[in-house]
Amino acid sequence: MNVETISKILRTVPREKAFYFFTSIGNYTGVSASSLKEFMEKINEVNVKSLEFHLYRGDFEKWINEVLEDKNLAEEIGKLQKTGLTGDEIRNQLFTTLSKRYNYLISQ
Amino acid sequence: MKLKNNILALDTTDLKILEALQEDAKQTYTAIGKRLGIAHSTVYDRIKRMEQNGIIKKYTALIDAEKAGTKSITAIMTIYTDPKESERVAEKLCNAPEILEVYTSLSEELLIMAKVVAENQESLHTFIANSVAPLPGVLRIRTSILTKKFKETQFSIVNESKKLTFIKGTHNIKGEK
Repeated sequence: MNVETISKILRTVPREKAFYFFTSIGNYTGVSASSLKEFMEKINEVNVKSLEFHLYRGDFEKWINEVLEDKNLAEEIGKLQKTGLTGDEIRNQLFTTLSKRYNYLISQ
Repeated sequence: MKLKNNILALDTTDLKILEALQEDAKQTYTAIGKRLGIAHSTVYDRIKRMEQNGIIKKYTALIDAEKAGTKSITAIMTIYTDPKESERVAEKLCNAPEILEVYTSLSEELLIMAKVVAENQESLHTFIANSVAPLPGVLRIRTSILTKKFKETQFSIVNESKKLTFIKGTHNIKGEK
């Protein structure tokens, strides 16, 4: 993976491209993330209902793929959809997957 | 009808004309005149003046969207905002064609209430996530999808007429001298 690609994945995106956490249709929590690092941090603090809502709609996978442009990470997140996890299990699994990828990217 | 500090002061005849127009804006000046016992030219003059002064904003049609075969959902968004940004948020919302009405409300926190229409739940969510949540100053949003309409009416000039009667004390409850 070249430096350019890594920088792109780790960049801060403009607010209109940020990820906005909702708990259900139209109900915005006030929590958003503009980078992979911030996304990872917010996963630990946002209401677990929001994690369930977005994971099973495929929103996390879509944002990581289309905005951060990290296809590998998007695939890993997509796999979590099939596990049927709920509650804090989702939080733990998401955080583990994201931090593993983040640590790999910054070590390159 | 008199001009007071550049504001048109309406008299009982004006209010009755407005009431007639609210019932049916397509009726002729003659029909309104006949009903109120005044000349159609008087009706014409007064309506023109009220149009020019912005009291009559526009003539429109009330559409039954369901009967027209339009499939859509309507929702009320309550948007909690940073007080410094609320005016700007409200103005931005006004520019979106999906938004039908926008209000600010003073409660414990400064709120913006907006009525929004969308094709379905998914497009409603996409609109809110892509166009409302990212606006600077938006703190959080609560959205209620409306399921059944029990009543919908326009503001009635008849009620205003009664209020004016009370204030001036020169008209009876029907707005007559």
